[in-house]
Amino acid sequence: MRHEHIISAKQLSRSDIEEVLDRAAEMAEDPQAVADRHAGTLLGMLFFEPSTRTKMSFTAAMKRLGGDVVDMGSVESSSVKKGESLADTVRVVEGYADALVMRHPSEGSAKMATEFVDVPLINAGDGAGQHPTQTLLDLYTIRENAGFDDLTVGIMGDLKYGRTVHSLAHALTEFDANQHFVSPESLKLPRSVRYDLHEAGATIKEHTELDVVLPELDVLYVTRIQRERFPDESEYREVAGEYQIDAETMDGAKDDLTVMHPLPRVDEIAYDLDDTTHAKYFQQAHNGVPVRMALLDLMLGGDQ
Amino acid sequence: MSDDDRELRVSKIRNGTVIDHITGGQALNVLAILGINGSSGEEVSVGMNVPSDRMKRKDIVKVEGRELSQNEVDVLSLIAPAATINIVRDYEVVEKHRVETPSEVVGVLSCPNHNCITTAQEPVESRFEVLDEGVRCVYCDTIIRQNIAEHIEVE
Ligand SMILES: [Zn+2]
Repeated sequence: MRHEHIISAKQLSRSDIEEVLDRAAEMAEDPQAVADRHAGTLLGMLFFEPSTRTKMSFTAAMKRLGGDVVDMGSVESSSVKKGESLADTVRVVEGYADALVMRHPSEGSAKMATEFVDVPLINAGDGAGQHPTQTLLDLYTIRENAGFDDLTVGIMGDLKYGRTVHSLAHALTEFDANQHFVSPESLKLPRSVRYDLHEAGATIKEHTELDVVLPELDVLYVTRIQRERFPDESEYREVAGEYQIDAETMDGAKDDLTVMHPLPRVDEIAYDLDDTTHAKYFQQAHNGVPVRMALLDLMLGGDQ
Repeated sequence: MSDDDRELRVSKIRNGTVIDHITGGQALNVLAILGINGSSGEEVSVGMNVPSDRMKRKDIVKVEGRELSQNEVDVLSLIAPAATINIVRDYEVVEKHRVETPSEVVGVLSCPNHNCITTAQEPVESRFEVLDEGVRCVYCDTIIRQNIAEHIEVE
């Protein structure tokens, strides 16, 4: 893999992705083998907005490779609060660490940050933009459960604002997956995403109801429809209610359908689905650690 | 009647730039790209919807004492792809060239996504990739397809 920084899943080719997933599988298989590989390495954590889960997952990954993290802490306690630019902050902090992980509320922030630093930087979410490690762990989970051959994926929920969805849909074009998009009319894929998928040669099949495509799916990826996307509570309840699934929904699905969700969920997947063999969302969350270990290892030159 | 005769409708300039064959109706947007709103005192002549053999209707802008930067020409090409730029010195056209659509435009346009890092107080210029139809912010991926001129950065 020849990428200095990981900004977007769009920059990753199929072979890049497979390299990360293969290495992640090796690491999940035998974590002891890499327990000291990056002893002495420091990963700088720049979280300009809170995301405890992503931060914990990166911290666990770095520590399981023998390294450690240095954390900027919360924005409230940093120089950012005093009005320091992002460009200045990253130039200072790159001196403290061997690589950086950054999450920031503005789209394009990670790309801009890479223009000011020499150490490798991983985008852990830039506003409504990209979150490539989420995509990689999603792909890892898909490969583990359904494989990439002749794959049909349904993506359901908030397709307009859901960045994990955009990034995953784009990455799936690398694997020639059949993709179905299920959402209310008002939360369909945005123009820029359609453009990309179209450029990547994908046919976009859109539906407002799950029933029509459910029987074909190998993977159903569910995302949350947020209250704030709707003008009022009753409209939200009505719309969101149509995109909730439970154990009974699985009657209309393949026996080996894999159900995924980036978590946290609210009520879009009922708890009774957790006990079925379809539920893979907790496994998906756990996969974040080996996938981030693999990515860090590749970026820090672990193969040399 | 040739285009040259038509140009007489607008007064000649001594030193400066004549932007000809502008898509009809886009002259004011061209002035916006150049950052000219009349308040800074430049001597400007504008012809709008002038009959033209090549384009039916075209606009012409003449600016005294001003030459265009590459960034300005790049954005100009997006709203007036057939424009020609004539550099005038001492009443003579000394250089004449057509605009070319670049692969990227830097500065000049501002990203319509208010959450884009290029709209924050950061030392970064806007940068748009030119698509077949429209332009796309290389930082946040936002696409502008229509009314590109409305996104010209106002200083
Ligand atoms: Zn932008």
